[in-house]
Amino acid sequence: MTATTTSARSELSELGRSETALRTFLHGLPGVDQVGAEQRAAQLGTRSIKTTAKAQAIDLAIRMVDLTTLEGADTPGKVRALAAKALRPDPADPSCPHVGAVCVYPAMVPHVAEVLRGSGVHLASVATAFPSGQAPLEIKLADTRAAVAAGADEIDMVINRGAFLAGRYKEVYDEIVATKEAAGDAHLKVILETGELATYDNVRRASWLAMLAGGDFIKTSTGKVPVAATPPVTLVMLEAVRDFRAATGRQVGVKPAGGIKNTKDAIKYLVMVNETVGTDWLDPDWFRFGASSLLNDLLMQRTKLTTGTYSGPDYFTLD
Amino acid sequence: MFEYAPAPESRSVVDLKASYGLFIDGEFVDPADGGSFKSINPASEEVLAEVSEAGTQDVERAVRAARKAYEKVWGPMPGRDRAKYLFRIARLIQERSRELAVLESLDNGKPIKESRDVDLPLVAAHFFYYAGWADKLEHAGFGANPRPIGVAAQVIPWNFPLLMLAWKIAPALAAGNTVVLKPAETTPLTALLFAEICQQAELPAGVVNIITGAGDTGRTLVEHPGVDKVAFTGSTDVGRAIARSVAGTRKKLTLELGGKAANIVFDDAPIDQAVEGIVNGIFFNQGHVCCAGSRLLVQENVADRVLESLKRRMAQLRVGDPLDKNTDIGAINSAAQLERIRELSDAGSAEGAERWSPPCELPDRGFWFAPTIFTGVTQAHRIAREEIFGPVLSVLTFRTPAEAVEKANNTPYGLSAGIWTDKGSRILWMADRLRAGVVWANTFNKFDPTSPFGGYKESGYGREGGRHGLEGYLNV
Repeated sequence: MTATTTSARSELSELGRSETALRTFLHGLPGVDQVGAEQRAAQLGTRSIKTTAKAQAIDLAIRMVDLTTLEGADTPGKVRALAAKALRPDPADPSCPHVGAVCVYPAMVPHVAEVLRGSGVHLASVATAFPSGQAPLEIKLADTRAAVAAGADEIDMVINRGAFLAGRYKEVYDEIVATKEAAGDAHLKVILETGELATYDNVRRASWLAMLAGGDFIKTSTGKVPVAATPPVTLVMLEAVRDFRAATGRQVGVKPAGGIKNTKDAIKYLVMVNETVGTDWLDPDWFRFGASSLLNDLLMQRTKLTTGTYSGPDYFTLD
Repeated sequence: MFEYAPAPESRSVVDLKASYGLFIDGEFVDPADGGSFKSINPASEEVLAEVSEAGTQDVERAVRAARKAYEKVWGPMPGRDRAKYLFRIARLIQERSRELAVLESLDNGKPIKESRDVDLPLVAAHFFYYAGWADKLEHAGFGANPRPIGVAAQVIPWNFPLLMLAWKIAPALAAGNTVVLKPAETTPLTALLFAEICQQAELPAGVVNIITGAGDTGRTLVEHPGVDKVAFTGSTDVGRAIARSVAGTRKKLTLELGGKAANIVFDDAPIDQAVEGIVNGIFFNQGHVCCAGSRLLVQENVADRVLESLKRRMAQLRVGDPLDKNTDIGAINSAAQLERIRELSDAGSAEGAERWSPPCELPDRGFWFAPTIFTGVTQAHRIAREEIFGPVLSVLTFRTPAEAVEKANNTPYGLSAGIWTDKGSRILWMADRLRAGVVWANTFNKFDPTSPFGGYKESGYGREGGRHGLEGYLNV
């Protein structure tokens, strides 16, 4: 890290001390032109990824999946099955890599932890009164601590959108700092819930806010509101992590979540990562897909590429 | 780590003949004196087809066919019936768009993603748009019963071969004129395929005539006394010569010539999108664009930041096989054009500007030029004054809006300009003061058939596109 980024980093770390300083900084970020951002995202979506490149992309995408179930109806049996699938997504093909992580509610963490222990597959838990975040701070922090204590090594928290939209940036910042502290060694993914932030300017500001407060990852969505991850939102977030690293030397990961259902879409995201932030982020440590049904489509396409035949959905496990 | 495998578009959709005649009076005919030339693929220098060179007698024949069709068929035909033919042509273009796109990329060198996603959709849209005007001319604002002019001589450039054909032929035919069109000598093939589409659409013989050849053919055509209207898109030098040659005749003239557009980035601009706009402004179609944003004027207090982003973005540009779907920058259209780009770029270096290109491997055969930017450019440099017509950007800085306007207007050209700022009031203030036919705000190189396009000053006169585009083809 150079001297300038070190000093920039310490300057930026001061921002969180005052509401005014945070506001001035966040509102001083360059704006995002909606039409231009959407056009760029669409353009990247026209890349044609074939043959060897496709095979490579599919395996990478599998390794980046945060295999997720976040339902009120989740049971220990259900999440154990999901964890088993995370370890061996394609039982018929041992060359198929395992996924990046399993993502569940805190109450389900102990059941998943049993299965994943020592496997290298991470265990993520949503916390902080997911998905709305509408609970007192102490409860959110207790939620976080409980998840970590039960074995989660990644915490997916939600930001306080009400405070953000009302312009109370310091409140949002302080909550992230407190959650980071509560999470201890666990990686902190900060869910911006971009569908509720409405504008790309807000997405950029929230991304910076989350990074300034110490988030290890910024994540688009809970998957619980109508608009989840979109390519332009992810593009704006990728630009933010790129600029943040240039300013501070610290690399932050990105996780689009919700609505990414098939291989074609996943590959479009990988192309976007490749051409926006470069190969440093083309790694499960720095880019994840929050998804459930995506994995089976990746497996179907993978089998198609290796065997030349397209098997039906019944050849892949539903969990 | 993530190398894109080759993704070539198939050439098999194009059925090229070994040689092509001239399209006169509804059929392909051999030229009277048998002259011919070869059209090559600029990405490989392979010969694509042998094309006829029209001489004086052929021009005579074409103009006569156009005159006859004008007087007997097309001129008297009700607008609604002309519209039917134009709609039919538009639909055929859509149906055969893949074939046309591949051929355009083969003959011109432009990336398939552009011919597929930009050129062809716009070509069809132009025909659809002007088809709609054919029976509504009395509502176009040119009087109660506007009449066509007669026979139009149209000479088009090589940068957007089929799109320029559409810009010329669609309004001419909608207004009731007949045409003799000469495509550029390096890119005649899609125009000849268009001639086949005219046959397929059963367009009456002589309404569209396409004669191929070089400068001499074009000169003979525009100087022919049987021509009532001349429309030219190309270089300012040739445009001047044409203006001289038609001076004192009854011929009506529209010219769309060169440009040296300023793309102006203010410090409050959305930087990431502005960088996309800069890239699109100068590297779209290898910079072979008359309205290209070839002068970047960036506010001094954000210049470093913008340039850093621009360089990073340029390193992502993929230069190579035009038929690969992932190619961003294709081949330079001809050896002569490549020579001109090299000559002006060398002049830029010699005059003291700093040259930069991202690391990029260029193919061995064919005509290629890496995307290039020059920084430290001043208004006095040749690369800031002359149209390079290649992937070469000159970067200048400014401090105040007034200085931006002054520098932007300080050129003999005036075709287009771009403004990047988050401030709506500044966009309007700037647009009022920029002497350019098209001003884009927070975007660049956007085209639409409903929008008039044309220049100020030495960028030409007359407008193409929109309601305004009809004026050049009506007796008003």
